[in-house]
Amino acid sequence: MRSARSVLGWLIALLLCVQLCACSPIQPWVKPYERERLADPIMSFDPNPISSAYMDHVFEVRAASRGGEGAAGGGCGCN
Amino acid sequence: MQLRARHSQPGRLLAPAILAAACALYSPASRTDVLPEDRADALASHYSGGGQDINGLSFLVRKKAGDHVSLSYSHLEDIVSGASIDVRTSGASPYREKRSQDGLNAEILYGKTTYTLGVTHSYEPDYRSNTANFGISQSMFGDLTTISMSYRRTWNNVFKMVCLVDDKDLNYPCVEKVRDPAFGEKDMDERSYGVGLSQILTRNSVLSANLEVITDQGWLSNPYRSMMYAEPGTGAGFALGPEVDPNTRTSNALGLAYKYYLPWRAALEAQYRYFTDTWHIRAHTAELGYTQPWRHWTFDGSFRFYTQTHADFYSDLFSSANEFNFMSRNRELSSFTSYTIGAGASYDFQIPHAPWITKSSANFRVDHFLIDYKDFRDALLIDPAKGVVAGSEPLYNVQLNVLQLFLSIYY
Repeated sequence: MRSARSVLGWLIALLLCVQLCACSPIQPWVKPYERERLADPIMSFDPNPISSAYMDHVFEVRAASRGGEGAAGGGCGCN
Repeated sequence: MQLRARHSQPGRLLAPAILAAACALYSPASRTDVLPEDRADALASHYSGGGQDINGLSFLVRKKAGDHVSLSYSHLEDIVSGASIDVRTSGASPYREKRSQDGLNAEILYGKTTYTLGVTHSYEPDYRSNTANFGISQSMFGDLTTISMSYRRTWNNVFKMVCLVDDKDLNYPCVEKVRDPAFGEKDMDERSYGVGLSQILTRNSVLSANLEVITDQGWLSNPYRSMMYAEPGTGAGFALGPEVDPNTRTSNALGLAYKYYLPWRAALEAQYRYFTDTWHIRAHTAELGYTQPWRHWTFDGSFRFYTQTHADFYSDLFSSANEFNFMSRNRELSSFTSYTIGAGASYDFQIPHAPWITKSSANFRVDHFLIDYKDFRDALLIDPAKGVVAGSEPLYNVQLNVLQLFLSIYY
């Protein structure tokens, strides 16, 4: 079962690779002049890196989970 | 009985993703990307709850050097004071401790490819950490899609502090601390492998996905925490022993974030993360956020839900001192649910007589946490006189507050 999943994963990756490396580039469906709203600072995923780094650290030292959402600061916060 | 941590095979999951990302790097380029804005931030933070207060100051400065390089430097200092439930349960005194961290990062833009290089040094009297990270990201499809890969390596050294001079009349009785020579120095290495995708979906919405695999090797226990085992002969019905965690751990985390621009000028954000590791901890994180600008102000609110299951070798009360090879009562490895509600306000203003500053903002944010532990009991409530012995005391819960005040300038 696991090897079948692995083969499927490689096939999907290969197909994606072929698509990405094709001769004619895929045309963007959202044109540059249609991105005014996306360029608004309120659409940023991380508008204040200093604050989000601090909060990531607060969350990380109080739980077992980590990763998948940007880097947190160092230190163990053990006590 | 020995509990063995089952190791997942991150390569099985990562290899196809890395192949896809690597192929993507060779797709045709058509437009240059941009470096982040030059800015400086200064943040003051205050954390309180669970018997601890943490006051922090941090700075972040980012400046372009030419057209292709952006450098950033960050520094933070925290002063931790008080005593958490673990410290009080072990009978130790409240303490005061300083942590500092410095980081230097460079982003190098070449065409549509951005390379990131960074180093971080973190220091506490009982914990020293050095990190090096490298990342690469590539914009494609007319900048609709960005694919990224990252690698991070951390070298940690763990020590244990013991009190040389103890004055019980003081709020923080430990006047002088030294590293415990009997404990020595323990090493712990960490490696992180990440792949990410950021995708513009429509003219109003964008999606981001990140997969990160982290492996640890070395001393993963906590030098100050103890496991608790039943000792029926004693009044309280328990005794404390050293915590012993496995020496390896591998975790997988998949994070998704979606942001949507509403029909009026406001944004809605939804995030989800699934986490699993070889200690059999499973965790789900879900968060909703809303951002609303109004004149010179920007207001935002968020709600975060988090839940996790406990590690294989975690127990609030073991049946004997040698029940298993690995035993922990570390509450971060227990089953719990936490809720966090946050709100922030930001005010944009111009600083007079400083034309080189293009924009400034003053920001305030408050977050309130409620953590409900499912199998970690409040051992401080053990009272044999009232018939409350180990294993029958109420479950622990804690409320925390985090305040942040920061100033940002753009130049």
